[in-house]
Amino acid sequence: MSAVPINHVLILAAILFSVGLTGVLARRNIIFMLVSVEVMLNAAGLAFVAAGARWQQADGQVMFLFILTMASAEVAVGLALILHLHWRRLSLDSDTLNKMKG
Amino acid sequence: MINLFYIAALVAIIATVLAITRHHAVHALLYLIVSLLAVALVFFTLGAPFVAALEVIIYAGAILVLFLFVMMMLNLGQDAKEQEREWQPLRIWIGPALLSCILLALIIHAIMGEGSASVVTEEVGPKAVGSLLFGPYMIAAELGAFLLMAGVVGASHLRRREFQSEITGKEES
Repeated sequence: MSAVPINHVLILAAILFSVGLTGVLARRNIIFMLVSVEVMLNAAGLAFVAAGARWQQADGQVMFLFILTMASAEVAVGLALILHLHWRRLSLDSDTLNKMKG
Repeated sequence: MINLFYIAALVAIIATVLAITRHHAVHALLYLIVSLLAVALVFFTLGAPFVAALEVIIYAGAILVLFLFVMMMLNLGQDAKEQEREWQPLRIWIGPALLSCILLALIIHAIMGEGSASVVTEEVGPKAVGSLLFGPYMIAAELGAFLLMAGVVGASHLRRREFQSEITGKEES
C-alpha cells in the first residue's frame, strides 16, 4: 500500500480551515458566513480522520460522525434563523442582526 | 493512490476558495459541493471508506441540498448579486486574508517541526467504527441524538409563528 505523509494531510486541513476563517471574517452576507463555518467544520473533521488513520484506530472516524451531527443540527437552526431574518427585514446583512430583540 | 491524494487536495483547495469568493449564492454552493466531494476522495485515500460515503451522502447530499432549498425559498435575483458586489469590494478581503495567512504560517511551522510520519493506508472499515461508536462512545451517540432533536425543535419553533399567521391569513381572506 502507498503512504501519504501525515504532515501533508494536516497542512491540507489547515489550509481549508484558514480559507473558511477568511470567509467568516470577510463576508457580510449571512448565508456565506454559514457556508464558511461549514468549510471550517469539515477541515476539523479532516484533521480527526487523518489522526485516526495515522494510528490505525477508528476513533477519528467516530469523532467525524459527531462533527457531522453537530454540523447538521447547526445548519438546521442557522437556516431557520436566516429565513426568519429575510422575511422580517428583507435583508441578509449580518449587521441588521444587532437590532434583533426577543 | 498518493497522486490521487494530491490531485484531490488541489481540487478541494481551489473549489473552496472559489466557493467563498463568489457573488452568487447558488454558484458558491455548487463549488462547495465540488470541494466536499474532493474531501471525500481524500478520506478514501486515507483508508476511511465509511466516512467518505457519509461525506457524500450527508454533507453533499443532505446539508447542501437543504442550503439549496433555502436559496430557492429566498428567491434571490439579479439585484441580490449586485448588492453582494457592492458589499464586497476587493479591499475588504485584505485584512482577514492577512490574519488567516499569519495563522496558517504558524500552524504549518508547528506541523513541519514535528517530523514526518506516513499514514500507512490500511483500511479501517465500518465494522470497527460501529463497534466503537456503540461501545465506549455510547453516551456521546445518545447526546448526538439529543442535539439533533434540539435542532429540529428549535428550527420548527423559529418558523412556527409565521406559518400560523400564514394559515390564519388565508382563512380570513
